[in-house]
Amino acid sequence: MKTNRNIILKNWPILIVIALLTLLPFKINNYWIDVFFFFGIYALLGLSLNIVLGEVGLFDLGHMGFMAIGAYTTAILNTAFGIPIIILLPVSAIAAGAFAWLVCSPIIHLRGDYLCIVTIGMGEIVRLTLINNPFGITGGPNGVFGIDFLSFGGPLVIDSSIESYFVIWIIVGLTILGLVNLQHSRIGRAWNCIREDEVAAESTGIDVRYYKLLAFVLGAGLAGVAGNIYASKLMIVSPESFSFMESCMLFCIVLIGGMGSIPGVLIGAAAISLFPEIFRTFAQYRMLIFGAVMVAMMIFRPGGIWPRKRGAVKFESLLIKAGEENG
Amino acid sequence: MRIFMEQMLNGLTIGSFYALIALGYSMVYGVMKLINFAHGDLFALGSYLGFTLLVWGNAYITSHVGLAGGMIAAILIAAIGIGIAGLIIERIAYRPIYSVGRLPAVVSALGVSIFLENIIMVIWGPRYQAYPASVVPTLRFEIGGIHVTLLQIIILILSFVLLAVLYYIIQKTTFGAAIRASALDRDTAALMGINIETIIFFIFALGPALGGTAGVMVGMYYRQISFTMGWNYGLKAFTATILGGIGNIPGAMLGGLLLGVFEMLGSAYISTAYKDVFVFLILILVLIFRPRGLLGEKVAEKV
Repeated sequence: MKTNRNIILKNWPILIVIALLTLLPFKINNYWIDVFFFFGIYALLGLSLNIVLGEVGLFDLGHMGFMAIGAYTTAILNTAFGIPIIILLPVSAIAAGAFAWLVCSPIIHLRGDYLCIVTIGMGEIVRLTLINNPFGITGGPNGVFGIDFLSFGGPLVIDSSIESYFVIWIIVGLTILGLVNLQHSRIGRAWNCIREDEVAAESTGIDVRYYKLLAFVLGAGLAGVAGNIYASKLMIVSPESFSFMESCMLFCIVLIGGMGSIPGVLIGAAAISLFPEIFRTFAQYRMLIFGAVMVAMMIFRPGGIWPRKRGAVKFESLLIKAGEENG
Repeated sequence: MRIFMEQMLNGLTIGSFYALIALGYSMVYGVMKLINFAHGDLFALGSYLGFTLLVWGNAYITSHVGLAGGMIAAILIAAIGIGIAGLIIERIAYRPIYSVGRLPAVVSALGVSIFLENIIMVIWGPRYQAYPASVVPTLRFEIGGIHVTLLQIIILILSFVLLAVLYYIIQKTTFGAAIRASALDRDTAALMGINIETIIFFIFALGPALGGTAGVMVGMYYRQISFTMGWNYGLKAFTATILGGIGNIPGAMLGGLLLGVFEMLGSAYISTAYKDVFVFLILILVLIFRPRGLLGEKVAEKV
């Protein structure tokens, strides 16, 4: 009981954020709820890219390609066969993950900039293939439309802004919970080890290839989930939503927030999705300001807004454990 | 055969644009190890600068120096303008970040790219702009059964002269050797008495200047420019850089020309819709089997 209270007391900023996010949609109009929905989508995508870029340090500038695979899997299977969105959620994740495994297997040995370039190429190939309408299933530049809403069976259909807002943020919340656990697991430590020094990681017995692929597959799977939610919310998917520019924006989310830092990713996603909305009064100048702010950010705070603290081994807890064993 | 030769010629024309833009990427990457994402937009800015000069200044310039003079003046002024823009960007957006690491510099470059793209949109408007038709007389020649336009000949000659001059500077002069040495190992080059500042000045002025030149030529060739064109050409030129071996200057030229030829032959003989897919597939295959690019040297890994 006491430990429970300690956890609550220690994590009070998180609880406040959760409370604010829960109350927020009741205070704002539908337009802003949708803005915050896209904030959630960007947060999920940022988190998924953070696995690859932040945790393992692999440059991935084609991440939107994975989301496109997820979104199109949902769109095509739903419109052609009428499979419910909720079943397609894991299917999209698996499809995107499998795609990542397939295309990343031969290129995973590439380093730094070369990997970055291949992922750009991969993302562009996905987008261009979708535009060219292979086998007549992707609908070409128009995309696929008429996708169903997310439905949990019976009367519970997610068809209003506020409902989809809660769906995306619950998924973001669960993802964060999973990722925090992952950060402190064997896998997370192996990833960070590879990021800091690949050769050293390999020489200490970490299967670098396996862990890198794992990061890509997990990241792509999460992007696939984001694609699924995105498709069912907008009811339409088109290739231009998954452009190279969008991949660059994801890259910026992770770097503006701070590499490998989960709160950082949320801040980065907020910056990318809310900034253009807040500055809408400046109309055509807003992206101009946005670009300038990005440069200024990197000059004055190159590590990101909320850089991740380097984890240290907690000797205290180790000592307590040892004491318990003795006693 | 005639069609094949014509497609080859078209490919070489487009390839020479890619080569000119790719040089900027390659030089900057070689010395600074920075992917200058803003380079594509500098190219687009060059195209718009040339557009303004040809449209508004056309009557004045051509009345004084003639049609050919007007064209050369437009290219020269655009090149100088973009060269200066490149230097300003380096000073403001990249210089304060070099010491911090490479990733912040990439984000900064993306920021500059967004900034430039939108400044073009604010100044010239979001619609397509059309280059004037009368810059170069529309003459067609027939050489050995192949149709060539005067514009194509001018573009090919101009870009190959530029490429040859640059090749000479990089490969044959002492200054070029200094650039190549800095690309291999900047710190050691500095220890050997090479002034890195001069080299950085050179690459950040000349790279964008070549890109600006390509911008004006693309405008004259396709006659239609838009503020988003920087991304598309930038990505292709970047692909060309990798194809030839990033940081390697003859490699960038070769990569650009090859990419243009691949693209044209691919769209002529296989499928027009998938031509860009081929471009990226070739890129990925090259990287899988020869990650250093066609002319890149093997670099031993430092541990």
